[in-house]
Amino acid sequence: MTIDTLRLTAEEAKGLLERREISGAELFAAYAEREDDLHAYLYRCEDPGGDGIPIALKDIISTKGVPTTAGSKILESYVPVFDATVAARCKEHGLRLLGKTNTDEFAMGSSTENSAFGPTHNPWDPTRVPGGSGGGAAAAVSGGLAPWGLGSDTGGSIKQPSALCGNVGLRPTYGTVSRYGAVAFASSLDQIGPVAKNVRDCAYLYSIISGRDENDSTTVDVPAVEVPNAEDLKGLRIGLPKEMNDAEGIEPGVRDAVRKAIELAESLGASVEECSLPLSVDYGLACYYLVAPAEASSNLGRYDGVRYGLRSDGADFREMLMHTRHDGFGDEPKRRIMIGTYALSSGYYDAYYGKAQRVRTVIKREHDAAFEKYDLIVSPTSPTVAFELGAKTADPLAMYLNDLLTIPSCMAGLPGLNIPCGLSEGLPVGLQLVGPQFAENTLFRVAHALEQALAFDVVPERLR
Amino acid sequence: MFHVRRVMAGISRDEVLHVARLARLELTDEEVSKFQEQLSAIIDAISKVSELDLSDVPPTAHPLEIANTWAEDEPRPSLPLDDVFANAPDRDDDYFRVPPA
Repeated sequence: MTIDTLRLTAEEAKGLLERREISGAELFAAYAEREDDLHAYLYRCEDPGGDGIPIALKDIISTKGVPTTAGSKILESYVPVFDATVAARCKEHGLRLLGKTNTDEFAMGSSTENSAFGPTHNPWDPTRVPGGSGGGAAAAVSGGLAPWGLGSDTGGSIKQPSALCGNVGLRPTYGTVSRYGAVAFASSLDQIGPVAKNVRDCAYLYSIISGRDENDSTTVDVPAVEVPNAEDLKGLRIGLPKEMNDAEGIEPGVRDAVRKAIELAESLGASVEECSLPLSVDYGLACYYLVAPAEASSNLGRYDGVRYGLRSDGADFREMLMHTRHDGFGDEPKRRIMIGTYALSSGYYDAYYGKAQRVRTVIKREHDAAFEKYDLIVSPTSPTVAFELGAKTADPLAMYLNDLLTIPSCMAGLPGLNIPCGLSEGLPVGLQLVGPQFAENTLFRVAHALEQALAFDVVPERLR
Repeated sequence: MFHVRRVMAGISRDEVLHVARLARLELTDEEVSKFQEQLSAIIDAISKVSELDLSDVPPTAHPLEIANTWAEDEPRPSLPLDDVFANAPDRDDDYFRVPPA
């Protein structure tokens, strides 16, 4: 039986396996034998056996006996001796690991070009980036190299690559998915979540990985996940934050595709109204680029050349430490460690980190107020479609602007889902749906109905 | 919006070196120059938060309102020592070996 790995959904794969129309080994081989000319993977696994659906995991997720580098030279030879909780839950469900996907170093970036092991290419146009930091997983899913995968999202690292590669990605509510065994970047923001070809697969994978974990004390019990069926949006109230839909820098083609999707939502019965998040967008990026680097500077303190990871030579302990961190970290982690250290340092703490924490409260309150009137809010996921490789690497600030629309909800711990809603210049445009905390089922229901109505073809045009 | 401004509020060369020392990062001269320019632009942009007067607003450190998650206080086995040392750059019996302090 020939498997079209570009089109086969995880749900369809499950059906084929259950009806014994294909063996687990044949299904695994269909993905494993496909050439990875996108550099989606950093490491591809041998078939671990069994009859489950294959899956790709971002190389931020610890996998016992399988290299886990976080895209960093400092972890190049690191092989975890334990599984992250999400990896263990995938195994318990019989999901078989295809490999570890490329990521910006320590998930810091928006294009996957900060990987120490070279960039990933966008399946729609290999001269362009797949987004980041989870560009590897997004490219694998859209490029026929995996039916689905897991990414991690701190300020947009699941949603934005899904937008740029044309697939479905969920950043779940903070605390719904265990971070145990995920290489830490910014602990009050990091969340693991699914990347899939459609909304039903996304919901199903979320049901597998979510829920309380005794190894992560920030996790909570999660409402039962409903795999969506609905095809109308009657009674749904959608808010359109004007600051997110009219933001400077949104490409006209992106604006048009998003506008059409919103009109479609209205025709399916939703009521749509403009609303406002006065400070969240204006101050969100500045808030994020203080809070996340501050937490990163603390989390990355663990790379000391002592217990695991790279060790460089040095005449004494301190010299070894400084050389190890110089040699092991790339430029982006270095920048963020230094910004974070600066923002937390004596004399600057109140003006930077302390202030950013108060802005975070404002962002949370503004979203809370919006959700008193609306079931969810909608905007483009990324202001632009996929950009050319190298276009923004020389200017860190220009790269940070990619996260303008994904960041505010991340600061408030809210769930956000990307679905593809059309093409601009032949490249996918992503629609971002954001709901109140624990509203994943609403996001799935709405996204599924829109997905049916939009009928977006998730297979990149050049590969059809 | 988050304007990309090129006017340097600035971080001096000495401040870059000070922050790098605090973070235990060795930097080459070339890196100090490059990061001085890049960090100045970034710090200038994130200084935008100082425009707001938020003295009445409490800080948020964490997005969920949860407190004190307790676990049962039951002893469980730790990782076997060979696992603990599996990724160690250098080991001396049951110790991590490092250069003299």
